[in-house]
Amino acid sequence: MSAAAPAAAAQAAIAAPDAARDFRIAFAIMTALLIAAPFVVYPVFLMQALCFALFACAFNLLIGYVGLLSFGHAMFMGFAGYIAAHLAKVGSIDFTLPLIGVGPHWRFGPLPPLVAIAAGVVCSALLGLLVGALAIRRQGIYFAMITLALAQMVYFFCLQAPFTHGEDGIQSVPRGKLLGIDLSVDLSMYFFVLAIFLTGFLLIYRIIHSPFGEVLKAIRENEARAVSLGYSVDRYKLAAFVLSAALSGLAGATKSLAMQNASLTDVHWSMSGEVVLMTLIGGLGTIFGPVVGAFVIIAMLQYLSPFGQWVTIMQGVIFVVCVLAFRRGVIGELAAVWRKSL
Amino acid sequence: MAGDIILRTQKLTREFKGFVAVEDVDLSIRRGTIHALIGPNGAGKTTCFNLLTKFLAPTRGQIFYKDRDITAAQPAAVARMGLVRSFQISAVFPHLTALENVRVALQRERGESFDFWRSRRVLAQWNDRAAALLDEVGLTEFAQTPAVNMPYGRKRALEIATTLALEPEMMLLDEPMAGMGHEDIDRVAALIKKIAAQRTILMVEHNLSVVANLSDRITVLTRGRILAEGDYATVSSDPRVQQAYMGSGH
Ligand SMILES: Nc1ncnc2c1ncn2[C@@H]1O[C@H](COP(=O)(O)OP(=O)(O)OP(=O)(O)O)[C@@H](O)[C@H]1O
Ligand SMILES: [Mg+2]
Repeated sequence: MSAAAPAAAAQAAIAAPDAARDFRIAFAIMTALLIAAPFVVYPVFLMQALCFALFACAFNLLIGYVGLLSFGHAMFMGFAGYIAAHLAKVGSIDFTLPLIGVGPHWRFGPLPPLVAIAAGVVCSALLGLLVGALAIRRQGIYFAMITLALAQMVYFFCLQAPFTHGEDGIQSVPRGKLLGIDLSVDLSMYFFVLAIFLTGFLLIYRIIHSPFGEVLKAIRENEARAVSLGYSVDRYKLAAFVLSAALSGLAGATKSLAMQNASLTDVHWSMSGEVVLMTLIGGLGTIFGPVVGAFVIIAMLQYLSPFGQWVTIMQGVIFVVCVLAFRRGVIGELAAVWRKSL
Repeated sequence: MAGDIILRTQKLTREFKGFVAVEDVDLSIRRGTIHALIGPNGAGKTTCFNLLTKFLAPTRGQIFYKDRDITAAQPAAVARMGLVRSFQISAVFPHLTALENVRVALQRERGESFDFWRSRRVLAQWNDRAAALLDEVGLTEFAQTPAVNMPYGRKRALEIATTLALEPEMMLLDEPMAGMGHEDIDRVAALIKKIAAQRTILMVEHNLSVVANLSDRITVLTRGRILAEGDYATVSSDPRVQQAYMGSGH
């Protein structure tokens, strides 16, 4: 019987590279498609879709791999978008108090795109730490409600703060230059966005397949048991929440540069709903699902826009069909058919 | 001989909205023994476990583990001190394989690491030990089976393997045999006997023949209070115990 033990271990060692190979093939196909895409499809549309795809992947990290349903994720995307847009366009930090008119403020002028995006990511990570610390101890629907409530507060802040320009938003954000390459050319910007998307995507894959990710999965599967094994579950959840917030911020900051604007749409609660939809349609807890879901939803919004208000109803119908007919989402169903983990 | 006692409670009490589930319980568990906690349904056994492992906060009373007051400790911290529990309903990680289930526990050796940038390939270093633990509880053939697909008795064995992986000084087992067939019961009983050689076990169990066979000492709980305590012969001949069991239909 002890001869069988090493055999089992060897089997485990074989099983892992198998899934890793599937991932590599799927990833190569996705990358190839995305490299070819801008020569066929309008790059600005693709950039938008890629940013939402990254956003959905970041959201999925939380719901799919930790089992936390955040209903306020738009706050991270939208807030980072404002920060990046403001720093890339104006470049100032101003804490002047409204009534007395004094307080620290600095003006340093427009920042290069990577710095502006990095600042957006840092801000959303800090926001994530704050929100997470308040919400993480709550379970299920209470967690969702607290994130929603806090997101509404961030929305209100973005509506009122001077630098966001309220209803107008921040328009004509310059994309700047990267290593001497002018990003105002759509195709150049597209490959910049693609690079960011792929980096974020691979990072999420790595998080899921790290020793840390293994504990997250254990928490998702049976939280009490994870506690009884000695894991401080709240700290793991908080770490995952901050990572998800930072990656959502990366998506939002990149999007505001790519689309050259930051507006209230991205911090609105309906955006938090949109990302739930993308993730569900693509496949909750699958690696590629959120990407597919984001492309489906963004394409719908784009190509069905002539129908105006009807789009919302069509989305609703698709959502219902999805939940009733293929609950695992597009990729989830494919993975089940092919018996692979995608 | 306080040094001989590994776990001790003093007037441990827990109320649920006025209903007293555990009342003034003074327990002393000797190091290296198998101690059984028995009593009719609803006696407060699981609540007691939840209090001892800090899954519930006591309304009153104190808990000492290895002479340290752990009344205010966090549940995960208590587990890290070597006091590890199992659950009444099977508690596995359903979509992880048996091997991965055990590895989650072994991985604790790395401390509480948050290294999300590292590949999970580092976990392979525990594959052999995980396989050995599975072998110990007779689950070798299930190593690559997701826990959700395992028969019930095997899940309970997997839980024991996972708990053992932490090499706890003291294990709290809540009805490890519940819902098992004869064959499984014998196997798990033998297993418990084997692992008890180096550790202390506190066990809730309804199967009295198992209790009689395994335990060095028995505490009988009814309606949240300790009714009797002693070895099997003493406890089973106690008329109050007989009455309590008869009264609840046993
Ligand atoms: N969270 C709770 N809220 C309210 N009452 C509770 C709670 N947990 C347990 N109780 C009550 O406390 C009493 C003791 O329950 P407990 O689960 O500890 O019993 P038990 O001895 O483990 O019984 P069993 O043999 O059925 O497992 C029961 O009457 C139960 O209804
Ligand atoms: Mg119980």
